[in-house]
Amino acid sequence: MLAKRIVPCLDVRDGRVVKGKQFKHIQDVDDPVKLGKFYSDQLADELVFYDITATHEKRHIFIDVVRAVAEAITIPFTIGGGISSIDDFHQVLRAGADKVSVNSAAVRRPELIREAAQRFGSQCVVLSIDAKRDNHGSWQVYVEGGRKNTGIDAIAWAKQGVALGAGEICMNSMDADGEKAGFDLELNRRLATELPVPIIASGGAGTMQDFKDVFDVGVDAALAASVFHFGQIDIPDLKTYLQGQGIPMRGAEK
Amino acid sequence: MMKIAIIDYEVGNLANVYNAWKRLGIEAAITRDPAVIRDADLVELPGVGAIRDAMGNLQKFDLIPLLQEQVQSGKFFMGVCLGMQALFEKSYEGGTYDCLGFLPGDIVPFHTKLKVPHMGWNELEFRQEHWLQKGLPAHPYVYFVHSYHKSPVDTPDVIATADYGQPVPAICGKDNVLGFQFHPEKSGRVGEQLLRNVVDYVMKKG
Repeated sequence: MLAKRIVPCLDVRDGRVVKGKQFKHIQDVDDPVKLGKFYSDQLADELVFYDITATHEKRHIFIDVVRAVAEAITIPFTIGGGISSIDDFHQVLRAGADKVSVNSAAVRRPELIREAAQRFGSQCVVLSIDAKRDNHGSWQVYVEGGRKNTGIDAIAWAKQGVALGAGEICMNSMDADGEKAGFDLELNRRLATELPVPIIASGGAGTMQDFKDVFDVGVDAALAASVFHFGQIDIPDLKTYLQGQGIPMRGAEK
Repeated sequence: MMKIAIIDYEVGNLANVYNAWKRLGIEAAITRDPAVIRDADLVELPGVGAIRDAMGNLQKFDLIPLLQEQVQSGKFFMGVCLGMQALFEKSYEGGTYDCLGFLPGDIVPFHTKLKVPHMGWNELEFRQEHWLQKGLPAHPYVYFVHSYHKSPVDTPDVIATADYGQPVPAICGKDNVLGFQFHPEKSGRVGEQLLRNVVDYVMKKG
């Protein structure tokens, strides 16, 4: 049976992980390769690395990180942040990334999704969406790191993205993000029900129960950062718990 | 030191298959040089993308007779993902394409209400006792990404399957030919163990 996926997300600036609290078990926690390997050893199913480097001139540092991660890590990983052209896709895929996540640039120019899917295959094109609830019971797409409301309906945009060739949708709920009060179940249920591609829920993870709840609405993967980085949730414990709740997990099978 | 030739036919990214051997201490050659391929102990056909491009490029680089010669000589030949699909007789991905015919059977689309591609970690069910199982748990998880699969499933060359609404051939093989539908190079410790088992097997056969 296909397992549901647990996906830690690492923000990388100038080649180092923007870290939270220190880890007990590993030194040099801001080394993306070492932290990635730590999560991989903990049986994380996939990793996401976001380049949050402010300047484009330092892009090559991040590409070196991608290459080093690909050499060291034996599970799939996605690269996001600052992806705005086919050449960006090409660079990170050639460096060894399995998937590429695109966000604002696809809103600006949706054809980027189609071009990338045609050239590299839908399986490696992840459309990442920052969405915020409006007053009318729907969700709107924000860009530029969540600063700018585009007025676009998030579910409609997800559907358009899939029609253009996106192979996965990563939906980051801005309302839930950082609140640690659970994923946006309503939004994720609609996506999981209405879209023919895997959904990665992002934003809001606080407890192990939150993961169960979001898998119960049908998503394929759950992404989180701080609960893992701060050691509030241990991935092996989480997997054992979820497996016990009837959710298939790799590494917790009996 | 075991010599591995990864066939370079410009289909998908070869860095990850190269890295996987490197982690086992083996410096594989990414090549389409006949001399290097003939000299190898193991030939690996990787591949991500569409079968049309894969078979087209094998033809373009005049590799098909060489690969046939290698398989006939008894060389261990391993296909991964699209490279496994190319081992069969025909593929119906976006048309009808003749493939290498090293294994019997065809490549067909999924008929399922489940999401396609079949993407993520799924469990292997071995259908026969096999040397690949050494050091593995009974139902190991491996990483899949594919939209087409080998058919039929109930043939002796299907070594292991995964359950995706239907049994999906995951490892196929006969004599010196072996195919992985999933990505051993992306399948964590299980994937590493599978590759190690391949190395041990090929070295022992020497």
